[in-house]
Amino acid sequence: MMKNCEYQQIDPRALSVSPSSAQNHTEKKVQRSRRKWEVFPGKNRFFCDGRIILARQSGVLPLTLGLIVVTCGLFFAFDCPFLVEHLTVFIPVIGGVLCVFVLISLLRTSFTDPGILPRATPDEAADIEKQIDTSGSSTYRPPPRTKEILINQQVVKLKYCFTCKMFRPPRTSHCSLCDNCVERFDHHCPWVGNCVGKRNYRFFYSFIISLSFLTSFIFGCVITHITLRSQEGKNLVQAIQESPASVVELVICFFSIWSIMGLSGFHTYLVASNLTTNEDIKGSWSSKRCAEDSGNPYSYNSIITNCCATLCGPMPPSLIDRRGFLSFDEAIPAASEMELPRFAAKNDAHMCTQSTKDVLERVVHSFDFHGLCPPGTPKTTPLGLEVSSMAAPSTEHSPSAGCSGQHALQPVAAPCPPFSRSSKRRDSLHSINPAFRLASPSPPLSRTTWILDDATNMGFISLP
Amino acid sequence: MCHCVPLKRFQRTQGLVPTAADGNMATEFHNLQELRHSASLANKVFIQRDYSEGTTCRFQTKFPSELESRIERTLFEDTVKTLNNYYAEAEKIGGQSYLEGCLACSTAYLIFLCMETRYEKVLKKIAKYIQEQNEKIYAPRGLLITDPIERGMRVIEISIYEDRGSSDSSSGSSSVSGSTAR
Repeated sequence: MMKNCEYQQIDPRALSVSPSSAQNHTEKKVQRSRRKWEVFPGKNRFFCDGRIILARQSGVLPLTLGLIVVTCGLFFAFDCPFLVEHLTVFIPVIGGVLCVFVLISLLRTSFTDPGILPRATPDEAADIEKQIDTSGSSTYRPPPRTKEILINQQVVKLKYCFTCKMFRPPRTSHCSLCDNCVERFDHHCPWVGNCVGKRNYRFFYSFIISLSFLTSFIFGCVITHITLRSQEGKNLVQAIQESPASVVELVICFFSIWSIMGLSGFHTYLVASNLTTNEDIKGSWSSKRCAEDSGNPYSYNSIITNCCATLCGPMPPSLIDRRGFLSFDEAIPAASEMELPRFAAKNDAHMCTQSTKDVLERVVHSFDFHGLCPPGTPKTTPLGLEVSSMAAPSTEHSPSAGCSGQHALQPVAAPCPPFSRSSKRRDSLHSINPAFRLASPSPPLSRTTWILDDATNMGFISLP
Repeated sequence: MCHCVPLKRFQRTQGLVPTAADGNMATEFHNLQELRHSASLANKVFIQRDYSEGTTCRFQTKFPSELESRIERTLFEDTVKTLNNYYAEAEKIGGQSYLEGCLACSTAYLIFLCMETRYEKVLKKIAKYIQEQNEKIYAPRGLLITDPIERGMRVIEISIYEDRGSSDSSSGSSSVSGSTAR
């Protein structure tokens, strides 16, 4: 059966790992293992050990929260006692329920992963590059980095995302503020401090609807309060003087109502026609055909079905697996900040000029490199085996980390120190890209190099 | 640092015994562990998404040319079709999903914190199915399927392994030739 008995370098750790103990083994390494959120390449912040995700700039979320809490607080403190006396006890109850609902929806919208797509692994990116290159054999060559597909008999153009190294699925857009591709991207909302996408659109919608109700309710109650007071033999000015907080509430609610109700109405229209803000603004489907109502290929052509599909559809899972553990190969020796300057991150043109031959060369070399480096320990996944097997540490990162060289918090040589026999082999890889500068196994790195194609993932970061 | 172990001795310590399986490829890989340690990764094939029916999760059933010599077409198509059916079941919009959605909305979506959604349940079924397929069908042929959820549901990644008995240079060249043979 065996053709020869070839001597191989085998990681001693791997010898002790058996399929049944793979799980335990990885869990034991909790102290050393890091979670994937710690190496997430997008501009997001994580709290509670990866459970909560927020955009880098929280925008005006504190302001939003503050306004809601202050207005509700004033309402309960100053208006409710009077109204309970004169009207009914249900007023604070209804107000309380609405307030709680608003706050929970807001926090869910802000802290939920909107549907971030993990970046393409280096192998995937190389595969796509090859396909782009070899498909240009016909006489008419479409513009590079777009792909046309048919969705429900309608032509849709898919764009290539240079940051995430993949063709964006339909309805996906790249948010520049968060630096992530988000599925069914609606918009980036500064008020909630997060993108609004496939996974948190329903929370966002329930937030604005409930907020409309809340602001209208408070507005109505305050007006009632002041009216009742001024009817008790006092004039309006006196009534206001007795309850100055009401004026504050009135002002806040008055301005909020116009904007929030407008927004609610707009989003109700979007939900009913199964559109996103992004598509609506760009006019992707509206101006195309005059004969049809909408050229929207995603619409179910029924308002009720559209609403149900968008708001009550199944809740898709988060694709970025924030709390998963990195496999040993991707474990990072030095802790460092996530926010690092990325020089060529915006250089999409640079990407275009990258020669594909380089890519292929690197892929070939990376496969050869695999031959030298037997895989490390498996990850905590059911099929962790295959991931670590291809994670010849120099080239593979976990998909969610998508570290492909950007914030790769690992010095180049660290990926494979126990495995690689010869630094000569490593040097040959580095020589391909002159941007590298490999000083030592743990070099004190002084600059960031953005390696655009990640077939060899040699990313440097500047360590503090 | 590195321990050089003769392959046969390594296999004995692991208690792995080559078995005669069906198929004409690396028949000794009856164990995923063995596959991982004994074979070198030659190539990876990516099965892309099929968007012809919208944004629901479906994968193309087109048989990739790199797998022609490795696995029977029907087996591959069966696997992909079953996966597509699973995903369709997860994303089905019907009575149960509406109920789940309305219940969640009425509890201000707090119920998602304690309850597993239907999608997650189906994903677990999918993971189990893929592992089973790997063990029974793909590993004996020197192939390994990666669960699409680990690739952001973008691709089904199939890793093609070469027996380490063939030299590194030939596996390198086979990967190059495999990639150009599109």
